[in-house]
Amino acid sequence: MFYRENGQFKTSYKSDQQIFPIPQDRWAIVAIVALAFFAVPMMVDEYLFRAILIPFLILSLAALGVNILVGYCGQITLGAGAFMAVGAYAAYNFLIRVSGMPALGAILLGGLTAAAVGIVFGIPSLRVRGLYLAVATLAAQFFWDWAFLRVKWFTNDASSGSVSVADISVFGWTIDSPSDKYLFCLGILVIFSLMAKNMVRGSIGRQWMAIRDMDVAATVIGIRPMYAKLTAFAVSSFYVGVAGALWGFVHLGSWEPAAFSIDRSFQLLFMVIIGGMGAIAGSFFGAAFIVILPIFLNQLLPVIGGWFGLEVSIALVSHVEIMIFGALIAFFLIVEPHGIARLWSTGREKLRLWPFPH
Amino acid sequence: MTGRKIGEVILDLKNISLSFGGVKALQDISFNVLEHEIRAIIGPNGAGKSSMLNVINGVYRPQEGEIILRGEHFANMNSYRAAKAGLARTFQNIALFKGMSVLDNIMTGRNLKMKANMLLQALWVGPAQREELEHRLKVEEIIDFLEIQHIRKTPVGRLPYGLQKRVDLARALAMEPQILLLDEPMAGMNVEEKQDMCRFILDVNDQFGTTVVLIEHDMGVVMDISDRVVVLDYGKKIGDGTPDEVRANPDVISAYLGASH
Ligand SMILES: Nc1ncnc2c1ncn2[C@@H]1O[C@H](COP(=O)(O)OP(=O)(O)OP(=O)(O)O)[C@@H](O)[C@H]1O
Ligand SMILES: [Mg+2]
Repeated sequence: MFYRENGQFKTSYKSDQQIFPIPQDRWAIVAIVALAFFAVPMMVDEYLFRAILIPFLILSLAALGVNILVGYCGQITLGAGAFMAVGAYAAYNFLIRVSGMPALGAILLGGLTAAAVGIVFGIPSLRVRGLYLAVATLAAQFFWDWAFLRVKWFTNDASSGSVSVADISVFGWTIDSPSDKYLFCLGILVIFSLMAKNMVRGSIGRQWMAIRDMDVAATVIGIRPMYAKLTAFAVSSFYVGVAGALWGFVHLGSWEPAAFSIDRSFQLLFMVIIGGMGAIAGSFFGAAFIVILPIFLNQLLPVIGGWFGLEVSIALVSHVEIMIFGALIAFFLIVEPHGIARLWSTGREKLRLWPFPH
Repeated sequence: MTGRKIGEVILDLKNISLSFGGVKALQDISFNVLEHEIRAIIGPNGAGKSSMLNVINGVYRPQEGEIILRGEHFANMNSYRAAKAGLARTFQNIALFKGMSVLDNIMTGRNLKMKANMLLQALWVGPAQREELEHRLKVEEIIDFLEIQHIRKTPVGRLPYGLQKRVDLARALAMEPQILLLDEPMAGMNVEEKQDMCRFILDVNDQFGTTVVLIEHDMGVVMDISDRVVVLDYGKKIGDGTPDEVRANPDVISAYLGASH
């Protein structure tokens, strides 16, 4: 079966407006999602769930949020880690302070709180851009790092901001085993990804991209920069906040502010740059890459070192990791600003025409 | 020029002055635009033509003067109000949304008419989906009108210059404006592309009754298609009238001779 569009002419604009207008793509996505839901839980062991799959799903969600702001709306943020923290700690407070609060409700309210905070910290974007905006978002990071460490109320008087949440249950389903956690995060990621895709292919997404690409022309056709930018901050922070709440509630179980440090903010930004700015799939590519690379290097480098009779220390592995990230980020920023997602789609375009070069 | 009837004053500019630091871009300019007419603004480089359009649709705030649009006074025009009031424009240096396809660029021109809230859009249900389809149909009409069907899915950055200018016009038309401001729509085009563009402008004016304010350097084109012409030079108005009147105006002749060597 060839990857072809031949003979598949769209007969209505409605069918042309589907998320995946090419049937092969549609089936591929359905197959991947079905595999992820039904086959993966039967095939992988606990280590894979904990070390790779669950972090991948949650960080994909956070990267999706960052991508909406950075990739689609052209703003910059160095405070994504802080918004994860806001989501996590807000969800925690809703859970323990509101009696009868369901866990899922707390997670979503955590996201909404992050959205509100995101709007506040997005206000500087109405006046400044680029480096200045980066510094303003960095201030958010430092502020929340400080707040969760020092303001006891946020952490229910826990020392050093360390809090914990028991296994949650959602609509009577107790999410305690690794495969439950995986399925829960997967479900949320699928729903949030569809919603993100719908937004970026709709009117609000076009407004974000218009502001990103040419703000004067955007205002002249009636787009209000304030509305476009602040909605991007809100939606982005909502996604990042929900991811933070999941990271705390589902992945870690107990955490302290260091789980959402500036390192996390940079990591999320790198995911989006490497994966692909302005592409939903780019968020997944980036998250997969950044979750898997360290594990991969940890396995591989000692082996390679062994061939040459060298001892490879853990410190060396992490140095190599940082060097590879640095090189890749420079590569993607300079050569392919649209990241892995663009390399992927170029490859697919070639495949469409294969075996004819033109 | 058949089928269309020039109406009342739709846009009236009174004593507009605009300066950037020491540069006086516009000095005490007054002129008006009648409904359904094609009004040209001409003048040598740096005369203040683009600045004039920027004042009309609120990109620049003049220090003095007043804009009266359909009888409503705007001391402080801004781009959003201008867009809502039915003003659309194209840019001298094409200002398309580079990362988007032709179709999305034009769809963006409909944003003021799309009302579904963000949550409905995220869920892609009911009104949001209907609206998207409805506006797509309208945009397809514009695409047919401007004969750009073959490029609708192309990212605008990959298009040749002449087609980009056409997409810029398409995006403005998607707003279904009452007044269309065009900043050198034919600059840098070959003869054939210019003819196409002239035809489109005349058709828009004729079929939809859209009032057109046009900046153009090509005198042949200006004299051919415009009803009345304003001439600017160094930020001052030096002529105003029908193409024939302007052509016979000694100030205009000397400004152009002065500028041409
Ligand atoms: N944003 C700005 N900042 C400073 N000066 C400006 C700005 N915009 C325009 N000017 C100045 O105002 C004067 C008029 O410029 P404008 O672009 O309106 O001329 P124009 O008639 O459109 O010229 P051209 O035919 O070259 O497009 C020029 O001296 C220009 O340098
Ligand atoms: Mg100009």
